[in-house]
Parts: sequence; structure tokens; C-alpha cells
Amino acid sequence: MSQTNASTEAAGSSGAAVQILPRVVVRFAGDSGDGMQLAGTQFTNTSAVFGNDVSTLPDFPAEIRAPAGTRPGVSGFQISFSSEQIRTPGDELDALIAMNPAALLTNIDDLREGGLLIVNSDEFTAQNFAKAKVASDPLDSPRYERYRVHKVPITLQTREAVKESGLGAKDAERCKNFYALGLVYWLYDRPLDTTLGWINEKFGKKPQVAQANTLALKAGFNFGDTAEIFPLRYRVARAKLPAGKYRNIIGNQALAIGLVTAARLAKKPLFYGTYPITPASDILHELAHYKNFDIRTFQAEDEIAAICSAIGASYAGAIGVTGSSGPGIALKQEAVGLAVMTELPLLILNVQRAGPSTGMPTKTEQADLWQAVLGRNGECPVAVIAAQSPADCFDTAIEATRIALQYMTPVFVLSDGYVANSSEPWPIVKASDLKPIEVKHAVGIGGGANGANGAEDSAPFQPYARDARGVRPWAIPGTPGLRHRIGGLEKADLTGEISYDAANHQRMTDLRAAKIANIAREIPPQEVYGDADGELLAVSWGGTFGAVRTAIDHVRAAGRRAGHLHLRWLNPLPNDTEAILRRFKRVIVCELNMGQLQQLIRGKFAIDAAGYHKVQGKPFTVAELVRAFG
Amino acid sequence: MATLPTLDWKELKSESEVRWCPGCGDYSILMQVQKVLAQLGVDRDRTVFVSGIGCSSRFPYYMNTYGFHTIHGRAPAVATGIKCANPELDVWVITGDGDGFSIGGNHILHLLRRNVNLKVILFNNRIYGLTKGQYSPTSEVGKVTKSTPFGSIDGPLNPLGVAIAAGATFVARTVDVDVQHQQQVLKRAAAHVGTAFVEVYQDCNVYNHKAWDYATDRETKPESVVYLEHGKPMIFGKQRDRGVRLNGLTPEVVSVGAGIAADDLLHHNESAPTPTLAYLLAQMRRPEFPEPMGVLRAVNAPTYESLLMSQVAAAQKKLGPGDLDALFNDADTWTVQD
Repeated sequence: MSQTNASTEAAGSSGAAVQILPRVVVRFAGDSGDGMQLAGTQFTNTSAVFGNDVSTLPDFPAEIRAPAGTRPGVSGFQISFSSEQIRTPGDELDALIAMNPAALLTNIDDLREGGLLIVNSDEFTAQNFAKAKVASDPLDSPRYERYRVHKVPITLQTREAVKESGLGAKDAERCKNFYALGLVYWLYDRPLDTTLGWINEKFGKKPQVAQANTLALKAGFNFGDTAEIFPLRYRVARAKLPAGKYRNIIGNQALAIGLVTAARLAKKPLFYGTYPITPASDILHELAHYKNFDIRTFQAEDEIAAICSAIGASYAGAIGVTGSSGPGIALKQEAVGLAVMTELPLLILNVQRAGPSTGMPTKTEQADLWQAVLGRNGECPVAVIAAQSPADCFDTAIEATRIALQYMTPVFVLSDGYVANSSEPWPIVKASDLKPIEVKHAVGIGGGANGANGAEDSAPFQPYARDARGVRPWAIPGTPGLRHRIGGLEKADLTGEISYDAANHQRMTDLRAAKIANIAREIPPQEVYGDADGELLAVSWGGTFGAVRTAIDHVRAAGRRAGHLHLRWLNPLPNDTEAILRRFKRVIVCELNMGQLQQLIRGKFAIDAAGYHKVQGKPFTVAELVRAFG
Repeated sequence: MATLPTLDWKELKSESEVRWCPGCGDYSILMQVQKVLAQLGVDRDRTVFVSGIGCSSRFPYYMNTYGFHTIHGRAPAVATGIKCANPELDVWVITGDGDGFSIGGNHILHLLRRNVNLKVILFNNRIYGLTKGQYSPTSEVGKVTKSTPFGSIDGPLNPLGVAIAAGATFVARTVDVDVQHQQQVLKRAAAHVGTAFVEVYQDCNVYNHKAWDYATDRETKPESVVYLEHGKPMIFGKQRDRGVRLNGLTPEVVSVGAGIAADDLLHHNESAPTPTLAYLLAQMRRPEFPEPMGVLRAVNAPTYESLLMSQVAAAQKKLGPGDLDALFNDADTWTVQD
């Protein structure tokens, strides 16, 4: 049976009326073994391929496999799909699919009043109530009267549906995520073909499993169609996205692909030295596939070796990149200082998570801004850039690489757990449309001029001579005649010899600062979204972009004069920042920390910027920002 | 590689003034390295010295090659990155007992197990010199220093034993003032394909003078060290009348003559398939045993960077050099019309 037939039949036999909605937010929640991430990803891809704008928010449990049925073992995947452009995965849920009592109890607070609740009634047993630490069936509580509750025996129906595949009972039950997915596909009038195609590709070598998952998916769909328990179906039309070809992309994936692209644009091998850490490890997993692009991945013995190997790679002429999350970055900071002192290109990716210390590894936060900008010994300036959304990680990686190579400096690339694991449609670029990254190396004897006169020993190479932007030459070992020594001790200006001279230290400190400040010249004038001046300016950075922008839309729709400034570069701050801030009566800096950018802005510009702060391991909701702007 | 003209060793000297304390053992090591590299006719433009922190780590500044004076203990990691970026470079890591086996101990282990093709010279003076005289991880128990006025209470670690346990493919020991022996060992290290680990007994004449006296003094040296030669029996002593014999799994010092022939002694095998013998030798310490000098172990194994580059080459052969547009489109895609 083809998917088209399924749709037609559905339309033909179902008595359900169809309601058109501009936007829907659905969350799949279940035990970490229930395959909720897969169901969510499939729903996302189907909706994206269908033509909706989508935004997702996975919520991983902290433990790898907490005991089944317990609250710590709950895994969730939220997706918002829309016929309009959207920038967040949504504040409130329109529908919650809860595969067991623990999933219900940990997620129900996010379901809006009147929202649709589908539970797997087979899992609502006394045993599972105990595992979820609840005395009796929570659905008996009067609070559930405010939702539209549907109890569906998903486990039993799945087992029944996949019988003909001959799969054992336990394997058969594992298909229940596809049953639930099929039901939700019916509910939102989604085509099945993307998921059917995926099943066939994924399980091509296991035809029995492919058949079972297909049967479960279709059974779920047909249940919705024939059971007549759902009076309404919903339809979300295609979004009016700009014309072009799209794919769905996850933040960490976009960051990795961006790095591969940057390496190709710079015509250089890329070396990624890293140590596994949540939520940054997926960048390594992704990059490790791209050896044919001359991506050299190195799983180091620790965070320090990870960054030091990347520095060594940069010194030897590759693009040195290291990546981690806050605790790992803390270990790397001495080496960042070495890269500042030796003025070598380096990318440091920080996929931020809730801290301090080990904190909440699977939860998002933006509290490592000071760590990036300020967190080293000595006067130690580096460039800092932050990605604003999953797809934006691609552009951010390329821009950071270009600055690192052209300014001979470490560049921090800040992402966060939300940006890293969420996804959105990405308008696929053409490689030929991307600007090459020009890289200059100091040229030795035999290959051209050695400095001014080209003769070895007659004019010693000066590794700390600077160009007009204050950038020293990248002279890589193996270049004839450019032998020189660098290190973490203070350098004498021009020659790079060790120097303890007082005036020289001041001068070198000033030169290092000026080089970073000069990067601001590369930053185009910033766009102020909304009103160019007026009553309220919301300032944000990183992954809070979507929520803040949407909240400003609400505020402006209410007739207020408000703007939004989203800072992409955090160091140096763009040159027009102060002027923009001063055009508004009230400035409010919104960040998932306790006021780090706010303090930097207040310190740098002596502007009375207010802040809206939250550290709860979750992104901002639009509603809370609108209230804060009130 | 094309044969290069032999250099004058002075061409290996940089213009930087050497600033170790007068009489420091580092001077001799610097000169032997320069002499050996000159004799080998290395390409200075393709040679990189990498160090961490400590007295010995100033070494790269004095070499007329490329040099990178990094941070405390991390030279092996930086050097690994250098070799991964450009396997053609000739890389030497200079470290000390504190740099390499205290703060940077982890990196040494992993460098050795990976078998990155580079050379490590450990300057072991059993003291912290640059920080002015605290005990080090190779100091003997009871060492009285500024930081241990009542004597140190932690036992020393044995660098060669650690290196062998970490899977080192080349392990050797020499002494700063034994110029000829040092040059021989360094040449062997230079020729090794893989990580070559060389411990040099080095005298800190300011904070730990004569720590290795027994191994350098004309009188005590013959009874204190045994020079290893592949395939040869382990004989030592001024009269060459003492030897090391294996009693079960335990070595013992015996007198040669009186019923014990050279053939009865332990014979050195630097290329033994297992590291057992090398480890046993590394454990031989004064005064019970003569301490072995020379190459304890030299075996062949693939280098890390050659394996890395062969994965790159294999991927390129199979998949081509990488097509960005194919990468971008490698997912479910959809098209939005105008």
C-alpha cells in the first residue's frame, strides 16, 4: 500500500472534520528506551519535507539508561511546525504523547489548557505508577479534565499489528514508537512516505524489522482513521519560506559541516583535537566521517591534550580546532593563553551546558560568556562569536575560521545545548557561491622573498613583524629559511625573542589587544530589528535569538516602539553597538545566565542596561520575555 | 630522502645566548644533540624542537631549527598535533622529570602508546630546578628540599619502567657527561621510526649536584652501570668480572669466573617480542644492581600519523576528495517554489 493510498483512504473513511491551524507544537515523551528521539526526528523530517517551517527541542535524560519507567529515564522530543516562519520550538504544547506515567508526570505542565493528551494506556499499571513514584493513576485526578485525554492501548495494538512479521513479543513491542508516530501523522494529516522511505533504507538488511515498523506505523495511522475517537484532525499548510532547496539540519551537524566547508574554502587540512563531553561529542562523531575531505580527527587523552594538539596542528599549518563544553574549556584555558601569546590560529568550540562544575550536562545555558571573553590569566584577548540557531552554526563556523586564519588568533565559537541538538530547515547553499578564505603564509628562501631581501641570515626572519591590521606572519615549519622559535614567554616586538623588558611588555599587550579590536572592522553594520529607536531595545546573543525576536514581534504588534539587537560577535563588540544602545530609552539584555553580557555592556559603555536572566536548563519562552518587556 | 651535506654542528646553534647555570648538564646534552644532528645532516628547516616548562625546556631557543616552547607538561600533545598536520617534519620533544612525569605524565603515556614518530629526550635531574629546588617525582624517598624539610615521603617513579609499560617502541638511557655513549644513543633514537624515548641522567649542579655521581664518577661508574649490547651478555665491573644472571624471573648479580661463564648470564635482546626483559632491566637500581645504559628496547610498530594518513588516503580513494555540494545535499531535501 503506498502512502498516497493511505492518505486517500484516510480522507475517505474518516469522519473527522479537519481544522486548519497556523502552527502546532507536539511533544513525544517516553522512556529513554521507547525511541522518542527517533519518532520526533521522523515527524520533523516529514513536516520539513512537507514544506512546513519547523523548529525542534530534544530533551535527553541525564542518565544513559535510568531504570525503565522512572522519571529520570524520560526522554522527550518537541517539535513545532508551522505555515508561517517560526524561530522557536514553542512555549506550550498543543499535544503531548506520553508513553508511560513517568513521561506524563514530567511533561504535563507544559501542555496548554485544552491541549490534546494521548497516553499509552497499556503502561498505566500499578507497577509503573510505583516506578513513577505516584500512588495511583494520575489520570484519575480532576486536573486532567482541562485536557482532551485519549487513552490508546499502544503496546497491545502494536503487538497485534506486527504479528504477521513474525517478530518476537519483545522486539514487536519496540515498534510502538512507530505506532504512536503513525497515529500522530494521521492526527496532523501528514504523509507517511518520508518515514516509510527511511525505514526501508535503515532496515534494508533486516526485512523483518522493516516490515514490523511499517506495519506499526500504518496501524497507528489507521487506528486514528477508523477508531472514531478523535473528532478533529488538524492541518498545517506549507510555509511560505523563501524559494529554494532545503534540508533539515541539527546544530552540531551544521557546525561540523561548516568546519568541513571552511577547510575546503581555505584549501587546508582541518585537525580536530577533542575529548568526548556532552553536548559537544556529536561534532567529533560527525567530523570523524569526513576523512575524505582531509579532516583529521584526534580523540585526545584529555581536554588539555585536545587543545594542545590543535595548537600544534595550527603551528604546522593546518586549521587547528578543539571543541568541548564548559568544564573542558576550563581545562583548556592555559593553552588558549599560549595560542594568544604565540598568535596562532585556533578555533575553540564551546557547546555550553548548565554549570558550574559538572552542572547539568544535558541542559542548556549561556553562562560561559565570561569564561570565553575573560577567563584566562593575564591580559589575554581572543575573538568570541556565537551561533544564533542550528542552521546558523554553519555560517558561524566559516566566519570564525576566516577570522582565526586571517588574524592569527584563537576564536571562541559559542553554541549551547539547545542550539546543538535542535534542528531547523536550512536553505542549502551552493559551494560555488561561498567565498574562498584567503590564507597567507610567510614565504621562505627559494619560494620567493624572505622578508625584504630574501637572503638567508642576512636579514633574520621576524616572526612578530605585523601587517597593517596588526597581524603577524604564519611561518610554518618546513619553510626554507624561516627558522624561528616561539613560546609562551613574553616576546620581544618584531624578533619574537624572549623579553622581560618593561616597555616591551606594555607594547606587546597593547598590540595583542589592538589586533583583536581590529577584527571589529570586519563586522558589517548591525541590523536593528523592528524599530530603529524608541522605548525598548532587547539585546541578545547566541541561542536565545529566536525567542527574543518573536517576543519583540509580540511587543510591537501591541503597538510599542521596540527593537531587537542580536550580537553575533561578543569580542570585539561591533563598533556601532554603543550608538545603537543609546538610541533606546530602555535596554534589556536577555540571556540564559545571571547577567554576563549585561555586565560587559555596562562596563564597556557605562549604559544602564537592565537584564532578564534565567538558569533553569531550558530556553526562554516567548511568553516570559513578553512579560519581562512589559 | 635526498642525501644532504653534513653540517658543521655550530650551524645548529641559534643566536640566542644559552642561559643555563654554568656547569649544568644541559650544556652537554645540547652540544651532543647539535653534533648528532650535524653528523646526520638533518634539514634544519624541517626540524622542530618542542618543549614544555622547566630548565631543560629552554632547549628549543638554542637550536637553529624551528622551535616551540609550549606550556608545562604539554609538549607531547603539541608535538602530536604537529606530526598529524605534517608527518614529514622531524620532531624532537625536550622534557624533564617534572615536566614529563609530574604535570605532563598523562601525555607521555599516550604519546608512547600511540607511537607517534618523534623523539623524546627526558632530562632527569631528580629535582625541580627552575622553581629553585623542590623534590621531583624521580627524587629518592627522604629527599630533603625546600618543600620537604623533613624529607620526601613519596616513592620515586621510574621513567623507563613507565615508558615500557605504556608500550614504548624505543627506550634508552644515557648520561649527560658520557659524550660518546650519549651520541650513540641519540643516533639510535634518531633512526627509530616511532616514538623514541631517551632518559638522560643530567646533573643539576645547583640544586641536586652529584645525584648521578655513581654513574659518572670514574671510580664508581664501572660497578654502578651495565652497558647494554644487543645479543651480548650483561657483564660489568672494572675488571669485567661481574654479571647479571636470571634466577627464575629474578635477576641476580654474580661473579663471572668461578664456575659461571659469560654464556650463563642474561643476554640482552632489545627487540624481544614482549617488553618483559626491558621492564626487568628498567627495574634494576643501585646499589643492588648495576643500572642499564643504552637501548633497552627497540621494536617496530606502525606510527600514529602514518595510520591516520592512510585512513585519509583510503577514504579519498573510496569516496573521492570530498564534494561539498554532495555533503550539503546528503539528507531528505525539499524544494520551495516561488
